[in-house]
Amino acid sequence: MDGILFPTIVMGGLGVTFGVLLAIASKKFHVDVDERQTKIRALLPGANCGGCGFPGCDGYAEACVAGTAKLNCCAAGGAEVAAKIAEIMGVAAEISEPKRAYVRCHGTFDKAVKDCVYHGVHDCREAVVVPGKGPSSCAYGCLGLGTCEKVCVFGAIKIKDGVAVVDRTKCTGCGTCAANCPRGVITLIPEKSEVQVACSNPMKGPFVKKVCSTGCIGCTLCVKACPKGAIKMNGNLAEIDASACVNCGLCASKCPAKAIVNSKATAKPADVSESKEA
Amino acid sequence: MSLIMLFISALLVHNILLSRFLGCCPFLGVSNQLETAKGMGVAVVFVITFASIMTWLSYTFILVPLHLEYLYTLAFILIIAALVQFVEIVLKKVMPGLYKSLGIFLPLITTNCAVLGVAVINMNEKYGLIESIVNAIGSSCGFLLAIVIMAGIRERIEANTEMPAALRGLPIALITAGLMSIAFMGFNGLIK
Repeated sequence: MDGILFPTIVMGGLGVTFGVLLAIASKKFHVDVDERQTKIRALLPGANCGGCGFPGCDGYAEACVAGTAKLNCCAAGGAEVAAKIAEIMGVAAEISEPKRAYVRCHGTFDKAVKDCVYHGVHDCREAVVVPGKGPSSCAYGCLGLGTCEKVCVFGAIKIKDGVAVVDRTKCTGCGTCAANCPRGVITLIPEKSEVQVACSNPMKGPFVKKVCSTGCIGCTLCVKACPKGAIKMNGNLAEIDASACVNCGLCASKCPAKAIVNSKATAKPADVSESKEA
Repeated sequence: MSLIMLFISALLVHNILLSRFLGCCPFLGVSNQLETAKGMGVAVVFVITFASIMTWLSYTFILVPLHLEYLYTLAFILIIAALVQFVEIVLKKVMPGLYKSLGIFLPLITTNCAVLGVAVINMNEKYGLIESIVNAIGSSCGFLLAIVIMAGIRERIEANTEMPAALRGLPIALITAGLMSIAFMGFNGLIK
């Protein structure tokens, strides 16, 4: 009997001692978690996209309560979440303008010249460090190897015919794709902006023409056509100021290279069917 | 054996992951990304070192005097679990920065066999306190080294889309682990 009783008592004693020690420690070293933090965390989408600039949704919730973060940083949650967070924190909501990702390149297989067949690692970030820099002749356009597609936690971006295409209904404007695009082809634009220059090549016209049939050749016809003066030339590349642009689409119709895309016009069939239903 | 030799032996020759095959679960589970692998590795260094000190003390001053050496497995698990919990509670209060960087890995390591393994090795080899600590730091640094190398390799492998579908993910990770293990065998001649 003694053979089993003694070890049991010793081990039991050890267990109880540790239990009591842990209980004391948890009381003594208790850390209060702000209940607002828990509430804000529950509101956030939980995709941990990092679009706010903090390490995941937990990090952002903590920063909100600590006052080190603006309350409208969650692009994925949008205005709705920003308003609710502001309510919890007891301040008026500042609504940031909703944004969406935009791919400044539409040089698909049929338009951009290919000068090699790329057999390397299928990732843009790897391809740009390889001599020759990927399959396309254009050193500024979309590589089409799908890094943005991989990093998008919302499934809003897909490679189609060698160029990334953003699904506007799914895009939350978190900017993860833009941050991971090694060529900086993807930028964030205001959600309401419809007419955009879909080219990133800053070279002079003849050089652009050599590598792509739909690149901006810097002819400045759009600058002259714009009734609002919203288009400026940045070197040899046209740039549309979204705050002045009224989405009239005149520039898009004037552009000889079709480098300016009016997404309202391209989405027309869907718009018509919607208005009929309404 | 001098302490430096003991350290190198634990770090490279008898690498806890690639030679003793202890703690393979996090080695495959948390080696997808370099950042998380680093977090896990550092947390393991921390826990193994502390756990070795505690288990050595309790083995020498509790189990041996009471002639209960045969209960070491049970006692070690109890001590490690309680220690990790205690360290977590204290860290949260005293060093929130470190607590955050170790994050979820700290409680996960509670039941890692590498921690228990090092404690048992210390006991079997009849190491003294200093030797135990050196062996613990060496072993856990070996863990950190192996998991960081593994994560680096895996990050590059995952980016390769031309790999056959059947090999993607865990299969190629296991093959990589096997090759790494063979490579680490090369250190065998380092210490006689």
